[in-house]
Amino acid sequence: MDPILRLEHIRHGYGDHFLLKIPELTILAGEIFAVVGPSGAGKSTLLRLMNYLEKPQHGQVYYHGQAYTPGNLPIDLRRKMTTVFQQPLLLNASVWQNVGYGLRVRGSRNGHEAVRRALEEVRLTHLSKQPASQLSGGEAQRVSLARALVLNPEVLFLDEPTANLDPSNVRIIEEIIRKANLERKATVVLVTHNIWQARRLAHRVALLYDGEIIESAPTTDFFHQPQDSRTSAFLSGELIY
Amino acid sequence: MEIFLNGLRQALALIFSMDPNLLEIVRLSLLVSGAAMFIAALLGLPAGLLLGLKDFPGKRVVVAVVYTGMGLPPVVVGLTIYLLLSRQGPLGQLAWLFTPKAMIAAQTILALPLIIGFTMTAVAAIPSALVMQLRSLGATRRQIVLTLLYEARAGVLAALIAGFGAIISEVGSVLIVGGNIEHKTRVLTTAIVLETRKGNFSLAIALGIILLTITFSANWLLLHLQGRLDPRQ
Ligand SMILES: Nc1ncnc2c1ncn2[C@@H]1O[C@H](COP(=O)(O)OP(=O)(O)OP(=O)(O)O)[C@@H](O)[C@H]1O
Ligand SMILES: [Mg+2]
Repeated sequence: MDPILRLEHIRHGYGDHFLLKIPELTILAGEIFAVVGPSGAGKSTLLRLMNYLEKPQHGQVYYHGQAYTPGNLPIDLRRKMTTVFQQPLLLNASVWQNVGYGLRVRGSRNGHEAVRRALEEVRLTHLSKQPASQLSGGEAQRVSLARALVLNPEVLFLDEPTANLDPSNVRIIEEIIRKANLERKATVVLVTHNIWQARRLAHRVALLYDGEIIESAPTTDFFHQPQDSRTSAFLSGELIY
Repeated sequence: MEIFLNGLRQALALIFSMDPNLLEIVRLSLLVSGAAMFIAALLGLPAGLLLGLKDFPGKRVVVAVVYTGMGLPPVVVGLTIYLLLSRQGPLGQLAWLFTPKAMIAAQTILALPLIIGFTMTAVAAIPSALVMQLRSLGATRRQIVLTLLYEARAGVLAALIAGFGAIISEVGSVLIVGGNIEHKTRVLTTAIVLETRKGNFSLAIALGIILLTITFSANWLLLHLQGRLDPRQ
């Protein structure tokens, strides 16, 4: 598989210390790459760097072998990737309008069918006319996912996409992620607290601890033969988060 | 009470007779305040957006200036514009004094801080991470700006209502820089002042009623628009 995203020599933080220290990290085209790690490790920050939403203080982010910054990433490339944020930030508009937002800014003409299908996929068809402000946390999260899916992104960044959901919804969302990867051919970078979810979905898993990638390996190796003692500790739940 | 009833009667008579003098005054009022609103919105909405979203050194000072500007006395603005535009003034070359242009300039300055202030407050209430989310969904800078204005639409409409209400009803600045010249710079408010001075109270009241009707209609229109834009309706 070809590299689609690559981080090199990243040092990035807020204030006077570096939160993220990542010498190199490659995401392969077509894979589901899971990032696990304790709260505050820098997972969401890492996604913002990869989606070119924040400029790293040091280092480069490559997309298809080319280094860009948030300032100079061409809009047509920006539109090939999208993030579902940890907090579903919905517009003060109907569910339908929220899901169609990305298509509208792209000037897409026949978005109707795509929006309908995305809503069906997250099982919210019945709420399509509802104002987004009246949704429950889990519903809002699914709307947020639908408005990303509808764009058919080449790269899909998911930040804790099932954090507010009950088990049956978690199953639905995981199925959607798998389908987005298999059928829509999306490369998925999935941040999750839930190591079982990473295990169920990902081809490769990385542990981000204190801003550093402690270990990054194919899923089976990661779970069966962790190389770093901190990975074993994290897997056994000893690492507090 | 008599005067008010007479005024009401006269207002209706004036409106239904389509008195050409009255129409001229109403037209100029709408033109001056409308143009001032247009310019003030063009400058004030982006400025309010910027102030609501961005932090920069000295922002506090700018915000304090804007808030002060929201209470600018129209006569002071009028006097300042007058001095700038008077023949010996730095902008005397323009020869705008006692023309509608000077009145538009004065009212633009009066409306601008109101539009900036209200927009700023409304936009500041939007979570800042939303900008990032919109960017990630593929919106261009321009589209983000429009989306944020739409998100803050209740506040933006309040800004427009406050701005228009303030300038259509003010008399201080247009009187000083316009001079209340018949067929040239006479607007509703200056006409009211004149008729009151002349003792034509019921005509003055009639003009006042027409002025209120215009303000009311404008607000009604904006509120209607606001209702249309609210997803809860
Ligand atoms: N814009 C910012 N300004 C200052 N500090 C920040 C900013 N964004 C993140 N941080 C800090 O960086 C650290 C990592 O934050 P981040 O959100 O990346 O963690 P995370 O791994 O996603 O955590 P969680 O699992 O709780 O979501 C935190 O200590 C946070 O306070
Ligand atoms: Mg996070």
